[in-house]
Amino acid sequence: MSNIPVDLKYAKSHEWVRANDDGTVTVGISDSAQDQLGDMVFVELPEVGASVTAEEACAVVESVKAASDVYAPVSGEIVEVNENLGEGPEIVNQDPYGEGWIFRMQPSDADAVGGLMDAEAYGAFLDSESH
Amino acid sequence: MGNRTPLYDEHVAAGGKLVDFAGWDMPINYGSQIDEHHTVRKAAGMFDVSHMVVVDLTGDRVRDYLRKLLANDVNKLKDSGKALYSCMLNETGGVIDDLIVYYLRDDFYRMVVNAGTRDKDLAWLVKQAAAFDVTVTERPEMAMIAIQGPEARDKVLGVLSAEARAAAEPLKPFYGAFAGDWFIARTGYTGEDGFEIILPGDDAPGFWQQLRAAGVSPTGLGARDTLRLEAGMNLYGSDMDESVSPLEAALGWTVAWEPAERDFIGRAALEKQRAQGARQKLVGLVLEGKGVLRNHQKVIAGESGEGEITSGSFSPTLQRAIAFARVPGDAAGSCEVDIRGKRLPARIVKPPFVRNGKAQIEI
Repeated sequence: MSNIPVDLKYAKSHEWVRANDDGTVTVGISDSAQDQLGDMVFVELPEVGASVTAEEACAVVESVKAASDVYAPVSGEIVEVNENLGEGPEIVNQDPYGEGWIFRMQPSDADAVGGLMDAEAYGAFLDSESH
Repeated sequence: MGNRTPLYDEHVAAGGKLVDFAGWDMPINYGSQIDEHHTVRKAAGMFDVSHMVVVDLTGDRVRDYLRKLLANDVNKLKDSGKALYSCMLNETGGVIDDLIVYYLRDDFYRMVVNAGTRDKDLAWLVKQAAAFDVTVTERPEMAMIAIQGPEARDKVLGVLSAEARAAAEPLKPFYGAFAGDWFIARTGYTGEDGFEIILPGDDAPGFWQQLRAAGVSPTGLGARDTLRLEAGMNLYGSDMDESVSPLEAALGWTVAWEPAERDFIGRAALEKQRAQGARQKLVGLVLEGKGVLRNHQKVIAGESGEGEITSGSFSPTLQRAIAFARVPGDAAGSCEVDIRGKRLPARIVKPPFVRNGKAQIEI
């Protein structure tokens, strides 16, 4: 069974979003997403300072099997990227909700995160996708 | 639900992630494709390839039939059990399929063709057989297990019955032999030593379990693809198809031009192409930096023009993206690949990339 932490929000494109105390949000891909993609071999990170729009592709995770876009879950600015993934893309597989985070952003609308799915809704969404 | 091989329950038990492959539910991996890849390069892995199509060809004129049907020449096969890799061409020199054929007796050859081309292959085989009074018999009751890697041979010999072991042990590379209704061949699709064993489906689960107990790791079709790419082996449907000749697919070495009077199907078209010089060729590519090469990415080869990647992936052995690409006939040296709108530097090389666990090109 896929791990879906209850303290995170989720997008339909399988990103997770953690709301940080400083108003920024951290973004990665869900356990289900990394499991579907398989062994990661390359992560293309966004530029720090880039402005992104919700549902816009802004990073790419590549497994041996396929390349998959990572979408901005909300609109805002990229404030930090996980440089460790350059040498260790497999961290996304090993710790998708922790060390395998991909980027951190400053949402332009603080309330936008509230419009994403909670863990229960994401679990139901995964079930509906697999049937 | 797709077709299931006799080993389906074994895949589920081993945690295999099952995907559709040519209408079959097949394991893409059992956890980590990269770990499985390394296991085949360093120890021993096994693949269920029961979806592949075994066809027995019998009749007094079966040799003449195959000399008409195949671009390679079965007259090269003098010893019983010897295998030959060949393309089967249409009249315009396009590749209907690539296959292995084993010479068993003067009136009996066994052929293994791809699962994805089964229907058209069988139709073509039967159509051409009429003039030679050859009987084409598919063997769908057979399973096929490939065991590959530097430790594969020893591990297989350790679990075979006395009879099967006696047949398998003396086999040189690219030979096969029967042991009862098992057919054991020292062939493969990974660039490593090992066996491919065709056996009755009812025997397959037990043999698979014995191999697992002996330390042979189940390996999915994902690793099979990166292993064959590193080994410089073509994949039908990606690297060649009916619109491409063997000369444009780095398979010129499999075309037997001599004797000149052997009139195999597609010969006239190939002769013409050879005289004019093929416009395109299939080459190896290595990406110079980070990133992953993928099928259908555009290749820019300077003034020679443009080409396209036919098989691209990440090489676990080289830790670098590698590919086959079809490029203009005079392309060489450095080139660029368009990856999501960025042009990244790559280098044209001659495959294989890896053979018997060792890198064959400089990184």
